[in-house]
Amino acid sequence: MLQRILGVAATAVFLVACKGGDSSSGGASSASPGSGGSAPAGDVSLNGSGASFPQPLYAKWIEAYQGQEKRIKINYQSVGSGAGIKNISDKTVDFGASDAPMSDEQLGKAGGKIIHVPTTLGAVVLTYNVPGAPDHLQLTPEVVSGIFLGEITTWNDPKIASLNANAKLPAQKIGVVYRSDGSGTTAVFTDYLSKASAPFKDKVGSGTSVKWLVGTGANKNDGVAAQIKSTPGAFGYVELAFALQTKQPVVVLKNKAGKFVEPTLDAITAAAAGAAAKMPEDLRISITDAEGDTAYPISAFTYILVYEESTDAAKAQALASFLWWGIHEGQKLGPPLHYAPLPAEVVTKAEARLKLLKGAGKPLLAGK
Amino acid sequence: MRREVNAGDVVFRGVTMTFAAVIVAVLIVVAIALAVGSKETIVSDGFKFLTSTDWNPVDGRESFGALQFVWGTLLTSFLALVIAVPVSLGVAVFLAELAPDWLRAPISFVVELLAAVPSVIYGLWGLFVLRPIIIKTVAPGGNSVVLASIVLAIMVLPTISSVSREVLRAVPNVLREGALALGATRWEMLRTVILPYAKSGITGAIILGLGRALGETMAVTMLIGNDKTQMVTSIFAPASTMASIIANEYPEANGKQLSALTEIGLLLFVLTLALNIVARLLVWRVGRLPGGAVRA
Repeated sequence: MLQRILGVAATAVFLVACKGGDSSSGGASSASPGSGGSAPAGDVSLNGSGASFPQPLYAKWIEAYQGQEKRIKINYQSVGSGAGIKNISDKTVDFGASDAPMSDEQLGKAGGKIIHVPTTLGAVVLTYNVPGAPDHLQLTPEVVSGIFLGEITTWNDPKIASLNANAKLPAQKIGVVYRSDGSGTTAVFTDYLSKASAPFKDKVGSGTSVKWLVGTGANKNDGVAAQIKSTPGAFGYVELAFALQTKQPVVVLKNKAGKFVEPTLDAITAAAAGAAAKMPEDLRISITDAEGDTAYPISAFTYILVYEESTDAAKAQALASFLWWGIHEGQKLGPPLHYAPLPAEVVTKAEARLKLLKGAGKPLLAGK
Repeated sequence: MRREVNAGDVVFRGVTMTFAAVIVAVLIVVAIALAVGSKETIVSDGFKFLTSTDWNPVDGRESFGALQFVWGTLLTSFLALVIAVPVSLGVAVFLAELAPDWLRAPISFVVELLAAVPSVIYGLWGLFVLRPIIIKTVAPGGNSVVLASIVLAIMVLPTISSVSREVLRAVPNVLREGALALGATRWEMLRTVILPYAKSGITGAIILGLGRALGETMAVTMLIGNDKTQMVTSIFAPASTMASIIANEYPEANGKQLSALTEIGLLLFVLTLALNIVARLLVWRVGRLPGGAVRA
């Protein structure tokens, strides 16, 4: 009988323990037997969440980094940039990730001073399905904006034809496809169009989701890519990797310097290099519509967000070392996954930011 | 000895009661969290939120009107019921009244199995099997209200048919025997005696199905086309529902947009809760009728 009572009580205690056990820091250290909670030599577990765009690269980084640092365990959840910013502001993760830098208002709401570390570069490309059209249609931002505002509606519009003298374009309707879910891709694309076209800024504006005037929505990059591929006359925007993987034709876009530039990794890195001189100290910058003859204009940084000061020295040290590794060795893992590496100027600037990181009051990367 | 048993019972009762209380607490906490999260737009937009169809989350020109999403939710759910109710009732009547014993168990099993299929599978099935058919026949755009509604209908069918079947089975046998003894055919017995008796229970079953249709997210988001700009007038056009707009925009939302999405969540929560309460009341009413004990 006593046994039964004890059993019930034990069950209750167990259940209570389960309910209380989801605090982010407690789980990992208590799970490894024999390691004290604050032992510096113990295993370190880092949790991050945020942007889905760099997720494949971060997964590769984590795999490679854990291979060489056996004591460090890193988890990354791609929950979206907005959720990543929210999580790091609420301190429910050790690092956040976002495609767009945090706004001043968001930084003000965070639980401490946050550092932006640019990790890699991506681009948004325009892709189309026009029977008989060449693989690299040339367009200007004015024409792209005209199409997305519903002012240019057929493929044989003189504004398109005059830019592509040798192409035979059909009298087909342009079927605009946009992202129906909120996304960094939409944010980068609309940010670019708002800079490059005054009418677009006026009528639509920029954000992770906007109120489109024409077109149909598709879900995620792969949804947009699939819809364009299956619909003759379709025109839309996707991340570079998705256009390359589905081998869709991409638009060669006129940049700020007036040159038509194909979206390649080199052209994206060039856009970042062109913007590096103007980068503010905190590295928060939009590099769409960048200067430079070879710069592809719809390029963007993606960032990891960390607190400058941390009380957990072991964790902070592991995170700082991981990020340092990421902006150096990690860059080589980008190109095979269609991420453009950071230009040298930006790496130098990111190094300076990482050196600010402190754990329990001590600088973490003093020796670098 | 007896006393010790009681001690165990007391602990056990305490533990189970705690769990029951946790459920209620979770419900209340969810409601409070939603209300707090949507405070910003409740205060700034008030009833405009329910009457406007202008949804624009762009910074500096924010406008949050959710009427088209409420409309999309009601339209898809209603259409799903129009398709699902006759089929479900047919299944329920067949299983409760007409099916031979050896067929009853396997068919019930298969119908209830429909409820166990994850909604993403329904979404994929809709996308790859049903969508091409819809494109060739009624809606050239493919993703549309009608596509989402057909898939929703299949998803709510097991709920409605199994609850209705239980309600029909609860109709006392004396009524059946009486009707047949008076010379009624099987159809007349069903129409004049059994269905009227089971009416409110079946209504409850339909409302339970409606509750499922209102909140369905994954499959609907994959199929409905996600047009956020207007109240659709054609069922062959794309639209958005309350659940689909949340699924689409929540991950990247911040500031006022987040508050507006949370308010849609609150609205959906209230709507579903109200419908479930109505359904419970209707099912209980059937249980209280003379001789009609219902297990639903």
